[in-house]
Amino acid sequence: MKLIKTTAIAIATAATASAALAGPVMDKIISQGHVQCGVSQGLPGFSNPDANGDWSGIDVDLCRGVAAAILGDADAVKYSPLSAKERFTALQSGEIDVLSRNTTWTATRDTALGLNFAGVMFYDGQGFMVRKDLGVDSALELDGASVCTNQGTTTELNMADFFRANGMSYEPVVFEKADEVVAAYDAGRCDVYTTDTSGLAAQRTKLADPGAHKVLPEVISKEPLGPVVAHGDDQLLDAVKWTIYAMLEAEEMGLTSKNIKNKAAVDTNPAVQRFVGNEGSLGEGLGLSADWAYNIVSQVGNYAELYEKNITPIELPRGVNSLWTQGGLMYAMPLR
Amino acid sequence: MSQAPHKMAQMPSKPPFWRDPDKRAMLFQALALGFVLYLGYSLVSNTMANLERQNIQTGFNFLSVSTGFSIAESIIFYDEDSSYLDAFFVGLGNTIYVSIIGIVLATVIGFLMGVARLSNNFLLSRLAAVYVDTLRNLPLLLQIFFWYFAVLRPLPKPRNAVEFGESVFLSNRGLVGPKPIWEDGAALIGWALVAAILAAIGIGRWAKQRQAATGQTFPIWRTALALVVLLPLAAAVITGFPVSLEVPELKGFNFRGGMTLTPEFAALVLALSTYTAAFIAEIVRSGIMAINKGQTEAAYALGLQPGITMRLVIIPQALRVIIPPLTSQYLNLTKNSSLAAAIAYPDLVAVFAGTALNQTGQAVEIMSMTLAVYLFLSLAISAFMNWYNARMALVER
Repeated sequence: MKLIKTTAIAIATAATASAALAGPVMDKIISQGHVQCGVSQGLPGFSNPDANGDWSGIDVDLCRGVAAAILGDADAVKYSPLSAKERFTALQSGEIDVLSRNTTWTATRDTALGLNFAGVMFYDGQGFMVRKDLGVDSALELDGASVCTNQGTTTELNMADFFRANGMSYEPVVFEKADEVVAAYDAGRCDVYTTDTSGLAAQRTKLADPGAHKVLPEVISKEPLGPVVAHGDDQLLDAVKWTIYAMLEAEEMGLTSKNIKNKAAVDTNPAVQRFVGNEGSLGEGLGLSADWAYNIVSQVGNYAELYEKNITPIELPRGVNSLWTQGGLMYAMPLR
Repeated sequence: MSQAPHKMAQMPSKPPFWRDPDKRAMLFQALALGFVLYLGYSLVSNTMANLERQNIQTGFNFLSVSTGFSIAESIIFYDEDSSYLDAFFVGLGNTIYVSIIGIVLATVIGFLMGVARLSNNFLLSRLAAVYVDTLRNLPLLLQIFFWYFAVLRPLPKPRNAVEFGESVFLSNRGLVGPKPIWEDGAALIGWALVAAILAAIGIGRWAKQRQAATGQTFPIWRTALALVVLLPLAAAVITGFPVSLEVPELKGFNFRGGMTLTPEFAALVLALSTYTAAFIAEIVRSGIMAINKGQTEAAYALGLQPGITMRLVIIPQALRVIIPPLTSQYLNLTKNSSLAAAIAYPDLVAVFAGTALNQTGQAVEIMSMTLAVYLFLSLAISAFMNWYNARMALVER
């Protein structure tokens, strides 16, 4: 009797397991009532938990924006902290709905890994940090150095390419978690710490004496960081993609979390009226409510607000991440 | 009247098959087997379907692609042009290397601590007890971090490295020493060493047989030592010392040349062996305690000295109790070596199930290969220890 019972339970479990994998992710998000978002294990400015376990950072705000667009509530997000090594498997297996974890957009990841990048939240590049007393002014003087970095990143490959291309030898010391990389670099195990320049700026704040270190001028790679979804749900891909564009478009139109309520009521500009959902049918095409973009900006903010809140404190100038109108690369496709 | 109907009535009617315990058992076995097969099938087909749906490439073709990343230490040749299969073997080699050294050290420390805990010397036995109780009650990952940063922090930078005789340097990049470079003719020295070891084993056997037959003893250990040292030395003299030493030199940031013992390797071996040794110490103690005190008293009554009593009477019997749980500890140590990724030692999990997995995204293939390796290693260790256990089992005459 016990055997039959166990069998029945196991069959039921197997059946539900396959059913959960079959439906599109968008339906799952709506039925579960929250977005399961994969973030880092702690990178100031991008995704970092505070003492109360509340997450903040620009990657976290993207998750909040997606939740505001789909569910109308920016707080309907649950976070899964992931190591660089775990992140893609978590997304492929459906454990998380959206991966927003300072992840570089590469061809392999976008195709062979079965993933889709929804856009770019931050244009970055790989850099090197060294101790000032090492007396090094250029990355080309690093022949023979020991280099600490993170496992499972584009950094590992860029570093190998850079040293090989310049005929230099190096010793890679590769850790699973970012915290150990910082600790080992701080303990003097490595001469150099390499990762994205934004990561260097953020992790530098964790060092014992941040003033004793400097970032070398060379940026050796392109690292466009953006949110990722799995193949198989175009509707979710659209929602995440247009969440980014809405944040950028809001900045361009001068809509902020503070003034959007007022502007929605009084501004007669048709672009603004379309944006907030009073005119046109943008939301319908996306399969979202008419006020999806209004929710993003009013509950989370526009891109400039996010940058000021999250990235400015780690002392990274806006640079290439400015809007295209100010000479940067940030360009939203037209919302119409 | 015919007898037939009466006979029929007497025979018990055949019960329906669901009342027959044997057939019922068969039925349930078949059901269970079918269910397990179905689960396996649905697991595989589900995985395949999901991979297909997400357009994820499958198969083992990626193994022949060159990796493009570099690995800090390897016991086989490897560079950025090597394939993912090479990276797999680098990781496998490092895992086996660290496991073997860890097992040997853990066994030595464990036996010493186990015997020390039974010592009549109060201080010694208390120290051993403190060792065991502390180390086996702290999480291994914490101990690995402790040793890594405890080893790393106090060491100087390469420029201020501690020197030993101008050829060995200790810094936070590791312990760097001279590396022997073998030249032509060096093979003879190797063969001389092999010959010496074989001869020593032969003499040992002969001496044992002679002692059993005549009671005369032979100084086996001294003879063996002399053979192993002198024969290769003679070969070296004949070939004119075909060895040169590559002395490490401080160039730029780091030492170039020579052999390096990295802090990662040292910390991992130290943590694994001291942790496992704490368990082995208890196993050894229980093994010795399991031998009846009468055995010791009988040996003493025969006039055997305490050392010989331990070596020839107690330990051989204790081994029968010790070996089976010791096998589990060896397996644990091998599996625990996968924590290496935390401190950047490039073992199988770090290199293959870490970096390679992330660069290729072939999670299913890579994880199954990694699982298969640990299964194979564990079964190999078990097989060896079972063989050894059978040899050590009580031979009844």
